Amino acid sequence: MQREGSAFSGLGVVMLKELSDHLTSIRFFVLELLVVVIALVTVYLATAQIKETVAEDPFLLLKLFTTARDPSPFSFLFFLSFLVPLIAIGMGFDSVNSEHNQRTLSRILSQPIYRDALLFGKFLGGLATLAIGLVVLWLLVIGLGLLFIGIPPGGEEIARIFVFLLVTIVYAGVWLALALLFSILFRSAATAALASLGLWLFLYVIWPMLAGQIAQIIAPPDPRYLALGLQTPGTAVLEQILSRLSPSTLFGEIVVALLDPTTRALGPIYLSQLQGAVLGAPLPFGESVLIAWPQMVGMIATAIVLFVIGYVIFQRQEVRA
Amino acid sequence: MIADAVIEAHGLTKTYGSAVAVDHISFSVGRGEIFGLLGPNGAGKTTTILMMLGLTEISEGEVRVLGFNPAREPLSVKRRVGYLPDTVGFYDNLTAADNLRYTARLIGFRAMEREKRIAAALDRVGLAEFADKAVGTFSRGMRQRLGLAEIVMKGAQIAILDEPTSGLDPYATTELLGIIRGFKAEGVSVLLSSHLLERVQSVCDRVALFSAGKIALMGSVPDLGRQVLGGGYVVDIEADGVGLPERLALIPGVSGVEKTGIGKLRLHADRDVRPEAAAEVVAMQGRLKYLGVQEASLEAIYTRYFEDKPEEAMKEGARHAA
Repeated sequence: MQREGSAFSGLGVVMLKELSDHLTSIRFFVLELLVVVIALVTVYLATAQIKETVAEDPFLLLKLFTTARDPSPFSFLFFLSFLVPLIAIGMGFDSVNSEHNQRTLSRILSQPIYRDALLFGKFLGGLATLAIGLVVLWLLVIGLGLLFIGIPPGGEEIARIFVFLLVTIVYAGVWLALALLFSILFRSAATAALASLGLWLFLYVIWPMLAGQIAQIIAPPDPRYLALGLQTPGTAVLEQILSRLSPSTLFGEIVVALLDPTTRALGPIYLSQLQGAVLGAPLPFGESVLIAWPQMVGMIATAIVLFVIGYVIFQRQEVRA
Repeated sequence: MIADAVIEAHGLTKTYGSAVAVDHISFSVGRGEIFGLLGPNGAGKTTTILMMLGLTEISEGEVRVLGFNPAREPLSVKRRVGYLPDTVGFYDNLTAADNLRYTARLIGFRAMEREKRIAAALDRVGLAEFADKAVGTFSRGMRQRLGLAEIVMKGAQIAILDEPTSGLDPYATTELLGIIRGFKAEGVSVLLSSHLLERVQSVCDRVALFSAGKIALMGSVPDLGRQVLGGGYVVDIEADGVGLPERLALIPGVSGVEKTGIGKLRLHADRDVRPEAAAEVVAMQGRLKYLGVQEASLEAIYTRYFEDKPEEAMKEGARHAA
């Protein structure tokens, strides 16, 4: 039976409230300040490095995001890949359980809206906050880059940077959906925060190492390849499949394809694929996007799946405290 | 059943697994009536309320609120019904007016109407001067009043109040009950739940006494008194006069006279014998200092009811302990 009225009535109201709550919160201010300071430092160091080494690169602006001052690994991208999850978790870990704990949930749900609107509004409000923060950050980095390097960006560079921005917002969305899920599962905000951060650490740091070990157990390396000092293809492919279960891996792969136009493939490369290729020559923008397309779809799907799990649990949850 | 009913429940049941929280209850609330759901904590009052609002699934039975089925048409129900949850919460960082603004937006009031309604509602509950104060600084009584302001702002036809007076000091309770009486005066039906029997008795037209998920007793307080405590009236008199007890015992309807102190008498009668008793004292040229009839109190009704049914009271105790 069809239920009465629209599931989205009140959605905009909830979203705007969440957005205004986030933007005026001290938490968001602190996190954003952290990111801006790191952006300033890393971009400054990157420009210094770029001036010394790769003055002839046609994609200078992209280098701004990925270059680190030798010998440190701390590029803007490096910080971004772990700060974005941190901020997203910070936006989401107490969004539903705080309504429980403040005892506002039953009062709000007794207004003529569905639970859908509340949950979806909270997700969109958080995502909008993250998007605003990231857009500001991007403009800042590009602006600083222009000031320091002084070369106007090409159309293709802008396109790549724009897609990179969208991908980063989706990446943030994955972690936001995860934090939202935990905020539904756990009544205590501290538990939800710890669970989110724990899972993030696991997926970001431990899983890539573990993926290699598991792959070797499931598909042991062939001694003939080992004798030649090569990776066994089966093992390598399995390791990659496993490691791609982590959104961090997916994000990393997409970024490589987008920001390094010479990237030709994200998996093992077979000799047949290299026939006729001009090594080191950049791919056109469309081709780079195509290479990372499965990863992008995978990341969007992850966000949707996490949100839907949370949605189903939230729909069945008792509202009483 | 009542002809002009705004809430009608038939065999309403809620089960959690094998545990039965609400067990086939039926009741109805008339337009402009104050109806009390009374009983100890955990007796199923809040669950019943949540089912009426469509906030929890109904396991069995049916409820109609203003003719709508809350399970199928929750928005129509929630648009017309105001709900004050048990220990209501507000966003502490927002002001009282901003909290109401958020609700008003969710309801869908336009900007002009919104401001007008909010100002009127805050004024009505006496919070007008606190409109721009953060709710975090509010006392419990002020929060409850803000919750009532939300119902006023909504223009609800039914106000459902869950434990509105729990945890309030006597002054705040009196204020709150005053506002609730105001609802009735405007034709708003009120359904309120409470475990504080005495306080609620004074405002309710009819009550339903809950016990272990069932309605044990239902009706107006005097009716219940007659039903449970027996038909008798108890009249207390304080007066002096020689031979007064004997004279009073002769009044038709009086079944017994009892001395309760110096110059204090208690009459047991099958009707209200105050006029006759007063006339007797005056006729003897005695001095009448006090004359009162004991109203049937919910407390007494409740205690007596469970005295007669000790096994249910035991179950109640076990639920409490759990």
